Amino acid sequence: MRTDDLIKALDADVRSRAMPLGLAWWVAAGAATVIAAVVFWLAIGPRADIATAMHTMRFLAKFVFTAVLAVSAFALIRALSTPGASTSRAATWMIAAPLLVVIAVVLELLSVPAADWGTRLVGSNIAICLTFIPLIGIGPLAVFLAVLRYGAPTRPVLAGMVAGLLAGGLAATFYAAHCFDDSPLFVAAWYTIAIAILAALGALGGRLFVRW
Amino acid sequence: MTGKDEAELSRLMRAAIAGDERAYADFLHRTAALVRGFARRKIVQGGVDPEDVVQETLLAIHVKRHTWRQDLAVLPWIYAIARFKLIDAFRRRGRRIEIEIDGIAETLAEPEAETVSERDINRALDGLPPAQRSVVSAISVEGRSIGETAAKFGISETAVRVSLHRGLAAIAKRFGAKRFGQE
Repeated sequence: MRTDDLIKALDADVRSRAMPLGLAWWVAAGAATVIAAVVFWLAIGPRADIATAMHTMRFLAKFVFTAVLAVSAFALIRALSTPGASTSRAATWMIAAPLLVVIAVVLELLSVPAADWGTRLVGSNIAICLTFIPLIGIGPLAVFLAVLRYGAPTRPVLAGMVAGLLAGGLAATFYAAHCFDDSPLFVAAWYTIAIAILAALGALGGRLFVRW
Repeated sequence: MTGKDEAELSRLMRAAIAGDERAYADFLHRTAALVRGFARRKIVQGGVDPEDVVQETLLAIHVKRHTWRQDLAVLPWIYAIARFKLIDAFRRRGRRIEIEIDGIAETLAEPEAETVSERDINRALDGLPPAQRSVVSAISVEGRSIGETAAKFGISETAVRVSLHRGLAAIAKRFGAKRFGQE
């Protein structure tokens, strides 16, 4: 087939329609949030003393970290799935969530006696944290990988990893409402590991499934 | 010249997305010429036929045109897809070749004409289900319109459009899947 012939076929198909990728990302974000919410409510639900906890800085700070991660990953993944789009600005914003956690860790170390650091780091919920963040995030990750496939990421593995970070940020935002360990020391260690599991799964998914 | 290319190509693409066939044909011919120049300059060692890269890029542009945002420049979008498909073509043939990422040289690519030889796309076309293959061939190789193709096979125009769309999507998918197929 000559290229001119191929162009005839493509041209004849000009009227076929597909949802713009930008819109598809918002639909996916909505669907992923619903999936995460359902799994969260069915599996664990919020902690009993959430009304009291809402008045503490440490509890609220957890949502800031996770939401900032989710929002910055969402911006980056949209750029990564569009060929030729500039990613440097969105990539820079990915520093925001880790930076906030580092600041919170420093403040925690300054305000809590060294003798208590170990207890705060270990907390009470390590196994639950490492189980439920990936569990809440796996459905959203599948949704995001499907949208990556629908898009055109020129770096599929990186894009898959960012899909994992996005799913992780979303899942951790829900999980934070359940978790009794509010110390930034706990969050910095165990939330990070749980989200890294999703990021690794995302990178693998990008490698295996995101083909175009 | 590149500024003019950009303005003209994005105007054509916008018209195409609104359903203008003539604008789309014009867009695809110009894009083919640019990508051909790009591929020929990047492929210096042989082993990969530049025209295969041109065809795969055009197919990818077609099935992924919903990823172009109308407020973004269209040339970087085209070249990002072309570069991805070029790297793919090398990878598929077991070659690792560094492709320098300099947008400026690419946008200066001169339009070039096609050379004829056996194509990857023919093998992909042969792999389609018969109904899709005959519709895609009728419209491309035989140059028939949607209406003529419908009359030839005694099916509705809608059925022709569906077969064409699915056939093209399947060919594009086959090229994408091959990337990891031989590892």
